[in-house]
Parts: sequence; structure tokens; C-alpha cells
Amino acid sequence: MINPFEIIETIKMIQEENLDIRTITMGISLRDCCDSNGNEARRKIYDKITRLAKDLVKVGEDIEREYGIPIINKRISVTPISLIAESSDEEDYVKFAETLDKAAEATGVNFIGGFSALVHKGYTMGDKKLIQSIPEALSTTERVCSSVNVATTKAGINMDAVREMGEVIKKAANLTADQGGLACAKLVVFANVPEDNPFMAGAFHGVGEPECVINVGVSGPGVVKCALEKVKGADFGTVAETIKKTAFKITRMGQLVAQEASRRLGVSFGIVDLSLAPTPAIGDSVAHILEEMGLEKCGAHGTTAALALLNDAVKKGGVMASSYVGGLSGAFIPVSEDAGMIDAAIQGALSIEKLEAMTCVCSVGLDMIVVPGNTSAETISAIIADEVAIGVVNNKTTAVRIIPAPGKDVGDKVEFGGLLGSGPVMRVNPFKSDEFIKRGGRIPAPIQSLRN
Amino acid sequence: MRAVITVIGHDRVGIIAAVSTILADCNVNILDISQTIMQDMFTMIMLVDISKATTDFSDLAQQLEQKGNEMGLSVRIQHEEIFNSMHRI
Repeated sequence: MINPFEIIETIKMIQEENLDIRTITMGISLRDCCDSNGNEARRKIYDKITRLAKDLVKVGEDIEREYGIPIINKRISVTPISLIAESSDEEDYVKFAETLDKAAEATGVNFIGGFSALVHKGYTMGDKKLIQSIPEALSTTERVCSSVNVATTKAGINMDAVREMGEVIKKAANLTADQGGLACAKLVVFANVPEDNPFMAGAFHGVGEPECVINVGVSGPGVVKCALEKVKGADFGTVAETIKKTAFKITRMGQLVAQEASRRLGVSFGIVDLSLAPTPAIGDSVAHILEEMGLEKCGAHGTTAALALLNDAVKKGGVMASSYVGGLSGAFIPVSEDAGMIDAAIQGALSIEKLEAMTCVCSVGLDMIVVPGNTSAETISAIIADEVAIGVVNNKTTAVRIIPAPGKDVGDKVEFGGLLGSGPVMRVNPFKSDEFIKRGGRIPAPIQSLRN
Repeated sequence: MRAVITVIGHDRVGIIAAVSTILADCNVNILDISQTIMQDMFTMIMLVDISKATTDFSDLAQQLEQKGNEMGLSVRIQHEEIFNSMHRI
């Protein structure tokens, strides 16, 4: 029998330290749903999603009950819709988003990802139509998430897409002005986007993926913080070792749930995403882990180094705990979804510039950042350009999820509710980047040797 | 199939009797039982066999939880596998 201390440790992690499975995400290929008739394509999409995912929520809840581990979200990701919709005669892709929304509602999931386009080297006709329909699609649907990949290390940066995404984000914000620009919280602009990420809003089912797959994202910043509280003042070797061991345990939980879910649903197991995903709840913050390491506030000098250590140790511990690791796998630093980040931003410890530096050493990027409503589309594009450049040059995924909250300015706070939390409006560099963004074209792929 | 039942709270008369009555009614066999005081809390851990149980898992969990609430204790049942996977390679 497992010894009592181990049993109590597990229960304590779940009950007091907010250990949970953040998401079970079912990836569904829609490649066989193409049709020259838009209505027919949408019928196929709806039928396929509701057929394959009909038991997803129930199985998730069963596992939750039987193993006593909370599973916060059950979600669906699908093939980028631009690839499916472009076979049809439709001009407006909002209808496809509505279909996804209905399918999500019917299956009971809280988000469906994949209203997406991959345009790192250029647009197809379908990509163009999809991107144009994003603002309306996200403001008229509830559960649909959208992502656009504008750059890769191999292709460089599509600056035309970067420019357009600045405008799309502004439009999406204005269409949901009464909700603080909520539509932008469901839209991610990526560089080097992973094809098997289970986390929203950036999840989609990549073209190299199987017919249907289960990916799982774990979470547990609170558990890591509590473990570090026990090694106060110890050297960094001890800190890294403690995080590794904790990450191992957290990930084993994810592996178990992923295998069990895929077995019960009769769907292949894809990956476990080794991410530390915070929530606005107290005791579930990545920023507080960094502060536990000895920083007065997240954002102080030393934050990037602390995050680098955390991110690396989480991966080292997690990799051995799971047979297949993928997705984003790293610490998330979404400002509005992390109590410690919110606090650090309000107190002026954390700036967009510091967050940008932090994204060089951890997963994702500038995530859930609220900026003043009068921030121009060009400035948003320039923020995107900076962030994707970091990803492209460093051969990693980076992303931007930014909300120019209409009518809000520095000092205000925007409430999104639920897991999306509340974001303090952060200061943006007031100098213009308009002429830079206006150039358009592509920034060539970076050289892969002579790396300094 | 085996599960672990944990009872955490303040010690009092009749805890084991209450839990084991429910288990007997549901035809759940107790394989091992241990109790200790951990951080000033009474902690009882039972390993049980639920393969011949006459009620389904969620019903059993609910009955135990309800009994726990009545007695001011936290009573939970979880598949053994979650502890094995977390603590054993």
C-alpha cells in the first residue's frame, strides 16, 4: 500500500494547493468536411464534432469523480477553418464560427479552438477571408477561439499579416467595447505555433495530427510555490531540484488522466502539455513562484533568470513523467489570469518591456495584456512584430494576446470574469512605429548558425 | 479494482463504524486500514476492493461524503491508481 504520507501529500496538493488538470482537449480533424457548398460543409463539421465529442464532457466528469482530481476544462480543437472553408463558395466565414459555436454548445465544452489560419509565408484566398471575418466571428460567438500564425523560424515573418492583425485586434476590441474588448481575449497571434497545443485560445488541430486525439494540459503553480516554501534560502541547485520533483508528480497526474480519457473515449492519446498555467485564484500564481525565489515583486531585476530556471526545471521534471510531451510546455505568464502578475502590474513592478524579456525564456508570450483603448493598430502590430521576432530568432513559440480596451487608460482595470480574470491597463511606449509597419512584405528567415 | 478512502478531521467515537457500515452495505471489502495523527488531525486511510460493489462509484462517493459531513469530517474515495502514478515510477 502507498504510505499515508504520500496519500496525504496528494490530497493536500489537490485540496489546498490548487492542483488540477487544466484541460482535456479533443483534437478533431475536419479535413474530410470540405465541400464546395458552404451549407453542406458546415453540416459535415457540426455532425463530425458532435459525433466524436459527444461523450467528452461526461468522461471528463467521470474521471474527475473517480480519481478525485479536478478537471477544469473540457475543450475541442479542430483543423484550421481556413483550410476547410476555402473549398466552399462562401465569402464570409462568420457562419463557420457560428457552426463551431453551436457544436461546442451541443457537446458542452466551454471553448472550441481552430478558427485559425497559418499565414507565415503568405495568404491563400481562404486565409484572407478567415482573417477578415475574425472580429465579427469572435464578437458574435461565445465559445470560439481564433489563432493566426504569422511567422516561423523557417519562413521568417509575414509583416503584411502582422500589420493586418493589428487592425483585426482593434476591430475585435471595438465590436466588444461593452465587455472591455473581450473578443481579443479569444484571439492569439503566433510565431512557430505548435499543432498539438491543448490550451486556449491558441489550440487548433494541426495538419500532421491524426483523425482524433486527446491532449491534456496540467497545471499546478500553487503546488510548486508550496514546495519552494519548504526550501527557503536554499541554493538554486536545491530550488531546481525541488521544482523538478514537483513537476514530475504533477505531470504523472496528467499522464494518468490523458491515458484514461483516451482509453474511455476510444481515441488515441496525443501529448501532455507540461505547462504551469495560473488562474486568478489566490495560490495559483506563477508570479508568486518567482517571488518565492526571493524577488520582492514579479518584474524586479532577476525575474527573467528566475523564470528561466522555473521553466527549465518544469520541463526536466515533466519529461520523464509522460510518454509523450508536446504543446506549449512551459510556464505561462498571462497578466490578467494571474493574481501575482495583476498585483505586480498595478504596483508598477511589471511592464510590457519586462514581460517581453520574460517571454524569451518561457512558453508563449505577451499574454492577456490590456493596453489603453487609444493604442493604434500600428503600435499593436509593432508589439506583435517584436514578440514574433523573439520566437523566430530563438526557435521557439511566442504569441501575443493583447486587448486594447476601448475607452480605458493606464490606471483602469478591465474585468473579463472567470479564468480570464481582470487586467490592469498597462502603459505602452508612446512613440510611433507607423512607418515601420507600413512597409509590409516579409522579414526573411534568420540564419541558423553563427548564433550569438 | 481498488480504491483509497481517506478520512481527515477531529477524532471522535464511531468513525470507523460509520464508514465501514456504508462499505458493508455496498459490498465493498476492506483490504487494509491504518490510522494516525498527522499535523494534529486524525487521519484514517483505508484500502478497499470495489470490484464487487453493489453501488456505482459516484453513489458510494456521495454516501461517504454525506456521512463525513454529518460527522464533521472530510471523507473521500479515490481510485488507487492516482496515488500509484504520482508516487511510484
